[in-house]
This record gives sequence, structure tokens and C-alpha cells, in this order.
Amino acid sequence: MNATSVRIVTLKIDDRELSAREDRTILEVARENQLDIPTLCHLDGLSSSGACRLCLVEITGIRRLLPACVTTVGEGMEVYTNTPRIQHYRKLILELLFSERNHVCSVCVSNGQCELQELARKLGVDHVHYPYLMPELPVDASNPRFVVDHNRCILCGRCTRACDEIEGAHTWDMRGRGIETRVITDFSDPWGASSTCTGCGKCVHVCPTGALSEKGRSVAEMVKHKHFMPYLTLMRKEQS
Amino acid sequence: MSAKTDVMEASEQKADPRWRSVEKTMRQHGYHANGLIETLHAVQEAYGCLDEEALRRIAAELRVALSHVYGVATFYNYFTMAPPGRHTCVVCMGTACYIKGAGEIMERISKEFNVAPEETSDDGNLSLLSARCIGCCGQAPALVVDGEIWGGLSADEVIERLRRVLNDA
Repeated sequence: MNATSVRIVTLKIDDRELSAREDRTILEVARENQLDIPTLCHLDGLSSSGACRLCLVEITGIRRLLPACVTTVGEGMEVYTNTPRIQHYRKLILELLFSERNHVCSVCVSNGQCELQELARKLGVDHVHYPYLMPELPVDASNPRFVVDHNRCILCGRCTRACDEIEGAHTWDMRGRGIETRVITDFSDPWGASSTCTGCGKCVHVCPTGALSEKGRSVAEMVKHKHFMPYLTLMRKEQS
Repeated sequence: MSAKTDVMEASEQKADPRWRSVEKTMRQHGYHANGLIETLHAVQEAYGCLDEEALRRIAAELRVALSHVYGVATFYNYFTMAPPGRHTCVVCMGTACYIKGAGEIMERISKEFNVAPEETSDDGNLSLLSARCIGCCGQAPALVVDGEIWGGLSADEVIERLRRVLNDA
């Protein structure tokens, strides 16, 4: 993009005066300025989908809360990232995520390395005020190297986007809607039977929870490496 | 992907008249991926449901990932991957109909004709489906039976009329 065609705007985030290119998102600008906004579905290097709603922020003059990851900055904007109203909603979203499937940390491969768990700790979610649905969900271990455990999936869509945008295979997608939604490989076939999966393992490492893991990992042993994502995106853009 | 789905004998494709209307829809959209939903409509119209083999061929022809096709096919309430029964009964579960007792009607039909919601009876006579508002809130509780709208009936009346429809065929 031509640098001269992009305007610079000034805005306030949490009462701090900042300036930024007008094509940047509130999340990008906040993080560049060491203001933390929690996210689950966002990952540097992948497109943003605004799915998890944890990055909701308040903007003066707009009644609705807007997701910071897909909202671009504007001239004179006043953004608040951590008001009591937002804190309330963020905890509520996490509680709903916990109640929807079976997030049993003590027996999870990602215990201690999990983004969902870490966020709950950070935001002080010490109780879940909703009844746990405890659905009976399958675990697919048909792939020779990886496992998908639907009990831990929060449907953030990172695996889907990494597979489509970076690997280019688009093996993952989601089927159904609402509470019936599941991540699927190909025609909802077992992962091991997928004819499009390259076995690259990117999906496993971008997964924020223990839904995708490497085989042979026991409780708390699944360490994920996500830092290659922005690098890969950059390198692939250079090539094309 | 291509090995499994792409290779379909040309003669075999021509031989199936159902496939021709699907082919025509894809052509009208220039074999672009954005014609996917229209093409799925064409499949459902021609085959009565979203036939798996047809979906695999569409994925190859439109160059869309299999998982994406499957995702779209299962996202929309209108699409079904199971062959429908001889008669279909769609119970509207929109807010207005629900308040007017659609839940009870659904339950009664299910029990009376021995068919689980969203499924087809074992004898293949009746498919019982639900929808989220069909836009006939004024006639709540509304049903669509073989394409015809039934509105404002009690559960008993619905059962009686439905029995007549099923026995006629």
C-alpha cells in the first residue's frame, strides 16, 4: 500500500493520547502501546474474525461494544479497554465457554499452557455461574501424529484460518451451527482419512486450548509454539 | 482431492440427467466459488437432498475445499443431506409459533407417527423437520406440510389432518 495515501489519526485509548495509521485496528494500536486487550480467536499472522468477543471495547458515542481486533481506529476516537462493563462481559464469555464443553484442566494436555485457562486466571474467573452442559463429545485420534479432542474446542477458528491462509490446504472448517458446531476435516471424515491434510501441524500449534495436540503428550505436556505465524505470513507475502 | 472426486467418466456424467441441471447452475456462475450456495440449491432440487457424491464433484469443479462445502451444506437449515420421506412436515419453531405451542405439536407428531425430530420415519413415509420462523407469524402455530402452509391449528387438528395426508398416499 502507498504510504502517502494512508492518513494518521489521533485517538485516546484509556485516556492516553496516541496516533496511528488509520488502517490499523484498535487492538494493534493498543498492543503496540503496551495496553493489553485479552483475545482468544485473534492470532498475529492470521486474519481476524471477531469471533470470541473477548476484545470488546467501549467507544465514547457508540452504545454497542465493538471488537477491537476488527475495528479500525478513527480520528478523535475515545476507547476504553477495561471498564467494569467490559470486565463483566469478558468474564461472562469465559464462563459460557467453560460451561459449554468439558474443560477439565486437571487432565488436559494443555494444563498450564492453555490460553483459555490463563485468561480465566488473569480475569479472575473463579466461579462458573452457569450449569455445565457436559456434552458427550468424541476424540479423534485417527491421525498418526495428532489428536483432536472436541471436548476442549472453543471454536475460535484459528486452526481453520491457519490451514486455509498459511498452509493453503483448507482441510479444516466448521460444520453445523449454534451448539451443534464442530470443527471438521474434509467431509467430516476422520482426520486420519483426510486426503487434503498435509500433516504440517500448524493447526495444532495455533490452537489456544488442548483441543488439538500432538500424540504421546500427557497432562500439561503440550507446549505450543505460535511465534512462527507472523514470520510465515511475512515470508509468503514476500514470495508472491 | 482430485483423484477421488474429479475423475468421473464424462459419459456417466451425461447419463445422469440430475447432474445436468447442477452443471448448468455452475456454468451460469462461471464455475466461481461464489456460486456454491446456488449450486447446492440445484443439487437439492435435482436429487431431493445434498447427495454426497454430488457435493464432492462440486467441490472439485468450483475449486472449493471439501470441508468448506460440507460446512455450508450443514450450516443452512434448508439444506439436508438425508433423503426426504414421501411427505415432509416442517414445524415452525420461531418465537411466535413456539409461544403458540409449536413445541407440543412437534412432540405430538413425533410420538404419534413414530418419527424423531429432524429425521425420517423408518417406513420412509414422513420427514419431520423444524424451522426457525418461516415468516407466517400471524398464522402461528404454523407448519409446512408438503409445501402447503397450515396455520392456527391445535395439536389435535394437526394430527388428524396429517394422518389423512399420510394415509392418502
